[in-house]
Amino acid sequence: MTDIIYPVVVLGGLGSAFGIILAIASKVFFVPTDPKVEQLQNVLPGANCGACGFPGCAGLAQALADGKAPVNACSVGGQKVADLVAGILGTEAEAVEKQVAVVLCQGDCDKAKDKFIYEGIQDCRIASRLSDGQKACSFGCTGCGTCYNVCQFDAIEMVNGIAVIDREKCTACKKCIEVCPKKIIELVPYDNHAIVKCKSEDPGKVVRGNCSIGCIGCQICVKNCPSNAFAFENNLAKINYDKCTNCMICVEKCPTKAIVNPVKEESLAN
Amino acid sequence: MGSIFTILISTIFVNNYVFAKFLGICPFLGVSSKMETATGMGVAVTFVTTLASIVTFIIQKYILDVLGLGYLQTIAFILVIASLVQFVEMAIKKMSPTLYNALGVYLPLITTNCVVLGVAILNIQEGYTLIETIISAVGASLGFFLALVLMAGVREKLELADIPEALVGFPITLIATGLMSIAFSGFAGLV
Repeated sequence: MTDIIYPVVVLGGLGSAFGIILAIASKVFFVPTDPKVEQLQNVLPGANCGACGFPGCAGLAQALADGKAPVNACSVGGQKVADLVAGILGTEAEAVEKQVAVVLCQGDCDKAKDKFIYEGIQDCRIASRLSDGQKACSFGCTGCGTCYNVCQFDAIEMVNGIAVIDREKCTACKKCIEVCPKKIIELVPYDNHAIVKCKSEDPGKVVRGNCSIGCIGCQICVKNCPSNAFAFENNLAKINYDKCTNCMICVEKCPTKAIVNPVKEESLAN
Repeated sequence: MGSIFTILISTIFVNNYVFAKFLGICPFLGVSSKMETATGMGVAVTFVTTLASIVTFIIQKYILDVLGLGYLQTIAFILVIASLVQFVEMAIKKMSPTLYNALGVYLPLITTNCVVLGVAILNIQEGYTLIETIISAVGASLGFFLALVLMAGVREKLELADIPEALVGFPITLIATGLMSIAFSGFAGLV
């Protein structure tokens, strides 16, 4: 009889002892969780893209509830999510300036010259290690589509050897910006209509030899800009987007068409 | 002292729980795709295995052996490990939120990690003392940690490699695991 009673008592005893310990522990170690966190998590897009700088949407929800993140921290959700978040937290949403990522290179297969033909692994990070990529211009897009692969929102297309980002689909999650070995993808304000699509810091003569659509550093845009929005450094024109008034004079004057109007480009394509 | 060092080396390299004993393959394949998760899992396993070995040793020695109930070992140990993991999770959540965030989802996963149970049972079978048990548990989990981190390194490289289509994903991972296991058999004569 003891053969049956002992095991039952021992296991039963162990089981209930652990049960009681766990029950007490759950009371002693009780951590109150903020109900807002769950609500916030439901509102956030749930893509876990990490653009906000927090580990996933759950991380941002916690940070929002703790007041450590601004209500408009989610660039993917934009104004809509910011409003919902503000509603839950009971604060006013600040206006979100919509931004989009832009590939600052137009040197496609026809316009930019190649140094050699690359037939290795199709990954920009690897291609750009081999004497700065196959393009003659060492600043240009290598065109292997690493950003295309990393985009979760289907916003990047590879067109004739360079990456092109769809302004409407881009959510400014910065994934492509992080992955681009050439650092030629940047966030620009959605409402800004003049963009210098070249990152070459080579002198004008070299640029001209490498690519027919690069910035040659002639400074015509700098001289003609009525609102002084241009800065000129490292042989490259740079627009201060806060000062730009979308007058489009620079787009018209640029001799190599390195400054473009993304909105106009799209309407032409359609 | 000699025997402690031998146990440590033996459990980390010679009798590596993943590559030589083939225990804990599931979490090994599951979380070895990134270095970051591999480290998290490794630390969590080290923590739980050591604690579980101590508790199971005490239960075996002072309850099961005394009453002659050695055959209840497996079920009793599972009970201990499951509740211990629960307890540890709650305790960490309260006392050290940073550690809790670092270990995160890996703690509950360990409940069903056979390395933890395997180490506990094998320690008893070897007839180790309490100190030897602790050393053996630490060594076993360090071995598991090592296997995870090595594999994570290999898999991060595999991401970029040009692999035949039929082998992409798990097949190539299993082949790599097999090769590593063979490599680890080189330690066989060490202890």
